[in-house]
Amino acid sequence: MEPVDIGLWGVPLAILGGAIRVSTPFIFVSLGECLTERSGRINLGLEGTLVFGAMSGYAAAYETGSPFAGVLVAAVFGAMFGLLHGWLCSFRGVNDIAVGIAMMLFGMGLAFFFGKPYIQPVAPDLPALSLGWWSDIPQVQAALQVNVLFIAGGLLALFMAWMFRSTRVGLTVRVVGDSTDAARAMGLDPDRVRLLSTGVGGALAGVGGAYLSLYYPGSWTEGVSSGQGLMAIALVIFARWNPVNCFWAALLFGGAGALGPALQSVGVSEGYYLFFAAPYVLTLALLVMTSSPDRAMQGAPSELSLTK
Amino acid sequence: MSTIGRIPDQDRLTAAQILSGLMPRAEAVLIPLAALLAGFAAFSLFLLALGKSPAEFYALVWKAGFSSAFSWQNTLSRVSPLVLAALCVALPARLGLVVIGGEGAIVLGGLAAAVTGTAVANLPSGLGMVLMALAGMALGGLWIGAIGALRIKRGVNETIASLLMAYIAIALMNHFVEGPFRDPASLNKPSTAPLAEGLRVGDMPFVAAHWGVFAGVVACVLCWILIERTTLGFAARIAGDNVRAAQVQGLPVARLVIGFTALGGAFAGLAGYFEVAAVHGSANASLIAGYGYTGILVAFLARHNPLAILPVAVLLAGFEASSGLIQRRMDLPDATILVFEGMVFIIILLSETLYGRLRIFTPGFWEQS
Repeated sequence: MEPVDIGLWGVPLAILGGAIRVSTPFIFVSLGECLTERSGRINLGLEGTLVFGAMSGYAAAYETGSPFAGVLVAAVFGAMFGLLHGWLCSFRGVNDIAVGIAMMLFGMGLAFFFGKPYIQPVAPDLPALSLGWWSDIPQVQAALQVNVLFIAGGLLALFMAWMFRSTRVGLTVRVVGDSTDAARAMGLDPDRVRLLSTGVGGALAGVGGAYLSLYYPGSWTEGVSSGQGLMAIALVIFARWNPVNCFWAALLFGGAGALGPALQSVGVSEGYYLFFAAPYVLTLALLVMTSSPDRAMQGAPSELSLTK
Repeated sequence: MSTIGRIPDQDRLTAAQILSGLMPRAEAVLIPLAALLAGFAAFSLFLLALGKSPAEFYALVWKAGFSSAFSWQNTLSRVSPLVLAALCVALPARLGLVVIGGEGAIVLGGLAAAVTGTAVANLPSGLGMVLMALAGMALGGLWIGAIGALRIKRGVNETIASLLMAYIAIALMNHFVEGPFRDPASLNKPSTAPLAEGLRVGDMPFVAAHWGVFAGVVACVLCWILIERTTLGFAARIAGDNVRAAQVQGLPVARLVIGFTALGGAFAGLAGYFEVAAVHGSANASLIAGYGYTGILVAFLARHNPLAILPVAVLLAGFEASSGLIQRRMDLPDATILVFEGMVFIIILLSETLYGRLRIFTPGFWEQS
């Protein structure tokens, strides 16, 4: 099929397609972080978990020939990183933000260390669904190539919102996040709930990493992530710790990330690096707008050190 | 008068008295030291699990980092940016802020210095060098100071903001180096115009290292005096311990936060200046060398004490300097040092839980025995 000339319409279309492609890691990392933060901890190490997930997922997919085995392996390693973070933070006087920074460097170090042999080989990609079958225009069809993990992420956001609202598990996490003392009085073990929440959060971040190396950009390199894990953490604050808002915010961030390549595709190459910075500027601007000087953030778990 | 009723024993200090006075102070040295050794041990286990020899690893670090004049030169060349980047973490940390985006201030400080360098080519070189250093410090200070201002005025989390700003800084530098300030002669590696010979910073006498090392030592001593020996530093330490108490006391917390973050940023900017003026000769992608991130580890290992930053920076600079030799001799990837640093970092943070908990560091423990 020949590309149809659709002029400047190509820009919003490319941004939409890019948003769907780029947003998936944001969705998974932010949902994972949302769960962790709801339990009263912040895990800044998810950038490292994301990179290690990308490496281990790619390696497992290459060795087994199945991209879904890669996703599973990435989730398992992500959970291990999360559990390590949660375990370290359960010691008295150990600061969760500082541990997150250390885990970020450690995760990236391990990923680069073990990932060297996998930079060259080609691993199988994750499958995508063609939701653009109704259109004859190739650009529309290209934009609506939706990966299975994107759909899974959307469903997960709905599930998580339901979980927080109406299940025993969700309520437990919320109580622990809002008051350690109240949780203890109810006979809950706050450290254990936080350990498990951080573990599951790490697993989700690992899946986000597997998407990076197995679908878009679709290969393992040391520059596979450029701060997506970190932006996703800021995104959770912007989304006010609401899983469904996390999903929409992730789409917005994905769109911002797609701005540079979309403009380049129609021949605008001036200031390429400045467009490259757009997602970071957007994140920072939203962070400034949604933070408040009196530190009483609406919707924030009150045990969160981030807002104390 | 004073001799009446004096017990003879009080004349002489017993070993127990010395230890009961010494050990509480030693806590701040012995715990990080023990944690560092535990980090070495953990990394040794990691190497053993991979079938590599830890003895060979540490021997190579010694050989490449500390054993000869040549290896010291290699190590010292990395000390200056590490020390200055660590100050960018340690100064805000004394106020309770975790700022980790020093890399951004280094990169932009280097860019500002290089651009100033091309503008002052006609001035006397001494004046030109001062203007370059000031430009780097000013932009670095503004960059990190803005993070402090956002924290205190808008409640923006400084850790996330500083790391985002580091990404923005790198994008800005790439833009300017490939666009407006690009030297047309730099083909393969876009750079600013090379500095005039008179504006380059040379080596110090007797030491095979550029003047940035001296600047780093002076900066650490000044910061130590500022924090430990001035009322300003005293106020900052109070605000770091308890913000509300400081506010009740009427201390200018907002100005302290902005001032300390800006000063830290200025030092990181100065690191960028020395990287440009003493090492690379122009601003280009080589400025993004990760010193800002290793500086975080240096500051935490030194427990944010400016004087402790110096030996810690030398130690880690030696490890980073040995990276190449370890790659060649032991067939390990270049990320080996990163894994090592991550392990040490985690164990150092874990050791925070020991403070005030070990009885050997209390005076009572030694007086009783």
